Amino acid sequence: MSGAVTALWQRELVRFLGDRSRVVGSLGQPVVFFLLFAGALRDSLRVGDQTYGQYFFAGTLAMIVMFTAIFATITVIEDRKEGFLQGVLVAPVPRSAIALGKVLGGATLGFGLGLVFLLGGCAFGLSPTEPLRLLAAAGVLLLLAFALTGCGFALAWLMDSTAGYHGVMMLVLMPALLLSGAFFPAPGAHAIVRGLMAANPLTYGVALLRHALGNVDPAMGLPSLTVCLAVSLVFAAASFALATFVTTRRSARDAT
Amino acid sequence: MTIPAVNDPVATTQAVTARGLTHRYGERVALRDVGFRVERGTKYAFLGPNGSGKSTLFKLLATILPVQQGDLWAMGVDVTRAPASLRAQLGVVFQSPAIDRKLTVRQNLLYGGRMFGLSGRRLDDRVAEVMARTQLAERAGDKVETLSGGLRRRVELAKCLLHQPALLVLDEPTTGLDPTARRDLWSLLSGFEGSTVMFTTHLLDEAEAADRVLILHAGEVVAEGTPAELSRSVGGEALEVSVDPEQADAVRAELQERFQIEAKAFDGTLRAQVADAHRLVAAVVDALGERARRVAVSPPSLLDVYFLKTGAPFAAAGDGDGDRDGKRQPASRRRR
Repeated sequence: MSGAVTALWQRELVRFLGDRSRVVGSLGQPVVFFLLFAGALRDSLRVGDQTYGQYFFAGTLAMIVMFTAIFATITVIEDRKEGFLQGVLVAPVPRSAIALGKVLGGATLGFGLGLVFLLGGCAFGLSPTEPLRLLAAAGVLLLLAFALTGCGFALAWLMDSTAGYHGVMMLVLMPALLLSGAFFPAPGAHAIVRGLMAANPLTYGVALLRHALGNVDPAMGLPSLTVCLAVSLVFAAASFALATFVTTRRSARDAT
Repeated sequence: MTIPAVNDPVATTQAVTARGLTHRYGERVALRDVGFRVERGTKYAFLGPNGSGKSTLFKLLATILPVQQGDLWAMGVDVTRAPASLRAQLGVVFQSPAIDRKLTVRQNLLYGGRMFGLSGRRLDDRVAEVMARTQLAERAGDKVETLSGGLRRRVELAKCLLHQPALLVLDEPTTGLDPTARRDLWSLLSGFEGSTVMFTTHLLDEAEAADRVLILHAGEVVAEGTPAELSRSVGGEALEVSVDPEQADAVRAELQERFQIEAKAFDGTLRAQVADAHRLVAAVVDALGERARRVAVSPPSLLDVYFLKTGAPFAAAGDGDGDRDGKRQPASRRRR
């Protein structure tokens, strides 16, 4: 079983590193987004004592992890279409190993890219320089990457086309990112939006990241560290359980 | 969990035993009461045109589809109850290769081997061994997407052989391959003494090379046996007359009237089972004159078995693969 997990995990990394445009896109996209938002809203939006750039830095990390999870799990659909997946399904490995290998692969990519951005932030005074905070932030990135890749995997497993996945992504995953506190703080928002944000598990992940980075301000209205940690752990466990569950379903459609 | 076949002595000596397999996709019945036995170490073909149910049978054997109804035992495993326990002994070659095109041949084999529990030195040895055997060693570092269809199929086969499966199941393994690549694949497969090979095909000559053949039509078994047994069951010789499709009915009537030959017509081909067809060729050619484009006599083939049992033309018979490869040598006009 462990051989299968590491084989699938390693395959994700090898495929990623072998695809130069994917590497460039994955590294460049968050930088561009960050510079555009931080530059555009520089003087018009401040959160407490912080500039928008300082505020959006943690949000960018969450965005990296989210986008990487999406692009990594889209490959599930490609694997199914190209026939690779059927070979995996007839191997003597439990379905949970298939889910774990694939989710760990995607999570490692998200974590790795997030880490590059996190350490890059040190050079511009956006990341803390205390090793302990960086270590904590890295841990949160890994947890978030695992949770979001698990969600993406579960969605992708049930989809037949990448176009359908894009639709669901715009309907579910993008709003989840927008309403996570990555782009704007909860206190200033409409009551309905605040309610949605409170119900969104990713809100607690982004807040946990802010706690780890020391990026905390009363104006952000963050939940407490304990609550954030508890919700994020449950979120990660639940999304992986969901990912494993979907692999044991859909047996008839696998054959088509 | 492997369920020992103690209560079923047959299942222990046979590689595969199936009884009463019925499979439905919603309302549509894909398989109806299908049964067969496969001896260990033999080659077994499922022959049928598209839609005959052979791919469903393949999927049941490959453990991709659950058995809905009936019994299926393979290598001592009750596939109905514990499909997963068969997988360690099973090699599955899909119609569309289950390999990663973005990876190299070697990477595909290494990852594939790890999926089957191989690791370390043993994995390296097996990969080297299988690559040598399938003549892929030279292409080890090439990405699969740069390989031809025949080579890709060979990579797929190599991947399936890494864990030395006792049972190899293949779904239309030569589809999309040119004649040379087809021959290569079969000569590779014929080198696997000891393991049981089961495959689906719509090509008569491929089925004729198997030890036993099961002919499927509309989800039901129409005949089963060795190719020789099946041909004998038809009896006589096959007489085939090719004519202009517009004249087919008239020629058929004439054959019946003058020679008492009951031919069946599909498109421009009339085909009949006749006791001593080769003695009739000259007379038939004389009688039909220019209307007969071709008159041929051959031993009955699986095509005739199918035709006789179902009354329907074998859909794939039209592509004439059997003839093109020179497998069946028809006695033609030259016999005169």
